[in-house]
Amino acid sequence: MAVADLMDQVATTRLDELVSWCRKNSLWPMPFATACCGIELMAAGASRHDIARFGSEVFRFSPRQCDLMIVAGRVVMKMLPVLQRIWQQMPEPKWCISMGACASTGGVFDTYCVVQGIDRFIPVDMYVPGCPPRPEQLIQAVVDLQEKILREGTMFGKEFYIASRQQTKRALQEL
Amino acid sequence: MNMLPIEETVDALRAAFGDLPASEFRGTTRVVVPAEKIYDVLKLLKEKHQFDLLVDITCVDYLNYPGAKDRFGLVYLLAGTGANRRLTIRAFVNEPEPAVRSVVSLWKGANWLEREVWDMFGIQFEGHPDLRRILMPEEFAAFPLRKDYPLQGFGERHNFPVLKRGES
Repeated sequence: MAVADLMDQVATTRLDELVSWCRKNSLWPMPFATACCGIELMAAGASRHDIARFGSEVFRFSPRQCDLMIVAGRVVMKMLPVLQRIWQQMPEPKWCISMGACASTGGVFDTYCVVQGIDRFIPVDMYVPGCPPRPEQLIQAVVDLQEKILREGTMFGKEFYIASRQQTKRALQEL
Repeated sequence: MNMLPIEETVDALRAAFGDLPASEFRGTTRVVVPAEKIYDVLKLLKEKHQFDLLVDITCVDYLNYPGAKDRFGLVYLLAGTGANRRLTIRAFVNEPEPAVRSVVSLWKGANWLEREVWDMFGIQFEGHPDLRRILMPEEFAAFPLRKDYPLQGFGERHNFPVLKRGES
């Protein structure tokens, strides 16, 4: 084989980028669907909108097989320990999409029992506004998350450990 | 089956328990009974007047309500399935320790209904076999449907550990 032919068959890249490219194209979502956003989540997975076009159609109901948690719907106080436990059961690297107004901010449910935004208690990568969001919006969030993974992803998950990024998260202390 | 008119039932209650105030609203009769006699009243209604179904137990907090003399108003909704009759029994209880006798021994279905009233209003049901919270988490300390409980709570929503990246 001549050296000139070799150039057509070999691609050079960074290892981080190669790994991230693999990861981004097979996000396995964990549907944490508690309310009407869950219906739109199902619509996004069904034939009309078909999230499989973007490589994340493999919904798994075991957190141990997933790397993308989609929190769709309001989370009440009694459910939050469950949510945190499921998040901890997911293997690294993992990402989280907060779908809809209720998961992101509590929405209209500013009452004693509804958590005012899951990002106060677990890390969130992508927020989808809407009440509920259209399936296209969720798919856009997945596409944006894929871009984010490709842009900043590293083989050993260094991007998750940057202290400055941790501090920008809204934390309990600010309340 | 003898079909008693609702007036006869009210008269029988008055004969047994004294002059009880009764009123009618949209075809349903309400009778107010003393809280300490609630078990006896419901037992009589179940056994002698064919009110075999306990539809619901609920409660109203009359804090700052114009003209209200008592704090909590318990509501027992009864139905007689044979004669297709309905009757509302009310009883008033007050702080510091609002309590009535449990009716679980009359209707097993009262178990969860009384637990809900306990959970939301903090009314003790004496003789209840298992008076635990039914809706709120077990460690929850307040009674959220009381009028003096703030809508957004006392900060119970924030008592959870914050999970960050790299910690799980």
